[in-house]
Amino acid sequence: MVLGINDPWIWGAYVLCILSMLLCVVYGILNWNKGGEDEEEQIKEEMEWHKKEKEMEEKELGLWDEEG
Amino acid sequence: MENIFILSIIVLIYLLLVGYVGYVAWKRTKSADDYMVAGRKTHPFIMALSYGATFISTSAIVGFGGTAGVYGMGLLWLTVLNIFVGIFIAFVLFGKRTRKIGHNLGALTFPEFLSRRFNSKFIQYFSGAVIFLGMPLYASVVLIGMARFVETTLQIDYTIALIAMAVIVAVYVIFGGIRGVMYTDALQGTIMFVGVVILLGSIYWILGGITEAHQALSNLINVVPAESTVKAAATGFTGWTSMPALGSPFWWTLVSTLILGVGIGVLSQPQLAVRFMTVKSNRELNRAVLIGGIFIFMMTGTAFVVGALSNVYFFDTVGKIAIQVAGGNADKIIPAFISAAMPLWFAYLFMITLLSAAMSTLSAQFHVQGTALGRDIYETVTGTKGKSSVMVARIGIVVAVLIAVILGLVLPANIIAVGTAIWFSITAAAFLSMYAFALFWKRSTKEGVISGLIIGTIISVFWLVFEYKKSATALGICKALTGADVLIASNPWPTVDSIVIALPIAFVITVIVSLLTKPPEKEHLDKIFKGV
Repeated sequence: MVLGINDPWIWGAYVLCILSMLLCVVYGILNWNKGGEDEEEQIKEEMEWHKKEKEMEEKELGLWDEEG
Repeated sequence: MENIFILSIIVLIYLLLVGYVGYVAWKRTKSADDYMVAGRKTHPFIMALSYGATFISTSAIVGFGGTAGVYGMGLLWLTVLNIFVGIFIAFVLFGKRTRKIGHNLGALTFPEFLSRRFNSKFIQYFSGAVIFLGMPLYASVVLIGMARFVETTLQIDYTIALIAMAVIVAVYVIFGGIRGVMYTDALQGTIMFVGVVILLGSIYWILGGITEAHQALSNLINVVPAESTVKAAATGFTGWTSMPALGSPFWWTLVSTLILGVGIGVLSQPQLAVRFMTVKSNRELNRAVLIGGIFIFMMTGTAFVVGALSNVYFFDTVGKIAIQVAGGNADKIIPAFISAAMPLWFAYLFMITLLSAAMSTLSAQFHVQGTALGRDIYETVTGTKGKSSVMVARIGIVVAVLIAVILGLVLPANIIAVGTAIWFSITAAAFLSMYAFALFWKRSTKEGVISGLIIGTIISVFWLVFEYKKSATALGICKALTGADVLIASNPWPTVDSIVIALPIAFVITVIVSLLTKPPEKEHLDKIFKGV
């Protein structure tokens, strides 16, 4: 009996809930500062893309007259 | 009358809070792109809480919490999947690729993402149609969850509660777009977290400690009068702290519908996947895993534990099990427990918690339905872009709200958890194989994923209409056509969820057809997977 529960399939789930939560916490801490390297470049790229699409739409459809 | 006054005050306080945040967001929403995905630059805290608050609704707290009152703590397997699949796998494996590929494709909605990935407009409007037609069921059960709580706590007429909630949420989605949705979601997520922390602490305190509470629940099956559980026992129920008999109808409903349907189906939820496209770098996703993991753990863990343990509380106080106190409607177990066991101030606080939970999910649902109609169907079919599609999206939202309210009035009792699971199953069958292959298998072809999409959707819908007992009997189409409730009456088929059948078939079909058709052009793939 673990935590007042007999069936290992139930207390197992209870324990696994806690473990999977801890997995997320540990992963988050270990990678807290990772993966942000290309951020600047991406935002720049995104703005280019946005500008291009706007131009395209202006030309083809005559839309986006006053919107930013 | 007094109760309507109290409700008005609570709603007013809540709306002032949310309204302020929504207003600030609305002022910043300028272009159509802005309206759709908040310009893709969102803080990780906002992103994680927004995802969490969208994921967890009154359906999880009221519907699944109440269901745990019937099915017991075995439902905690859903919490395991919610955290491991719904957060860890979703963010780390699916999220990062979705963000990068979504960025490369310039996609703003989930159907648009899939459509551009495979270069097929058909995918966009077909997926848009599945979302627009199927999601009202999910939206309506979330509304029902909220309305049931207001009904029980304040003794206000259910219909009035339902309509009031729908109007409030519609107004702020229409005026906010997703930026409003994301910021208000994060605020709502915070409120929800505080609410459930108090609730979890209270139930263990009331029942004398963690082990003591579980022990009492384990013993309960031996002390309750046999007639109160006889019906459930006949279908496989063995107690609230043990798994149902393997392969019994009770087991199949718990495992295939409630645990797998929702636990796996979450990966291809359009309103959740679209959130990955709004973060600016993988760093944000890494951080969001931490916040999201804790959030989901507290939300679903608390709901299921409280639902199951409410049996002990009710048996100790009134000599009945939870489902009896709730008059046979599992949707009323959590509201009944909070009204009976918790102080009045908490019931009000919890109402704000639930209001937050309902609003955050509903707003995202209505938003996704609106963009499904505006961007995915209207824009794709007519070829027009920009302002008129925002207009159509807003009309789509109003239509979606109306359908949800009507469903909320006509759907039967005990519907919240099952309704949610049905929607998750349909989306998993339709989208999951296509979405997974879009991210991870370069050899998958347009023809392959379209076959999987169509066959998955058809089988899933067919199963729900003709074989899955809960939905088939509610719809009555099978009965009208064949005279029988379901096509195959022998166990376990009427309780096997469509996800178990439709998802593997869709998967296999996608692979076979992909391998039989011409591989996609390398140039197209290079563009899509740039930097992945």
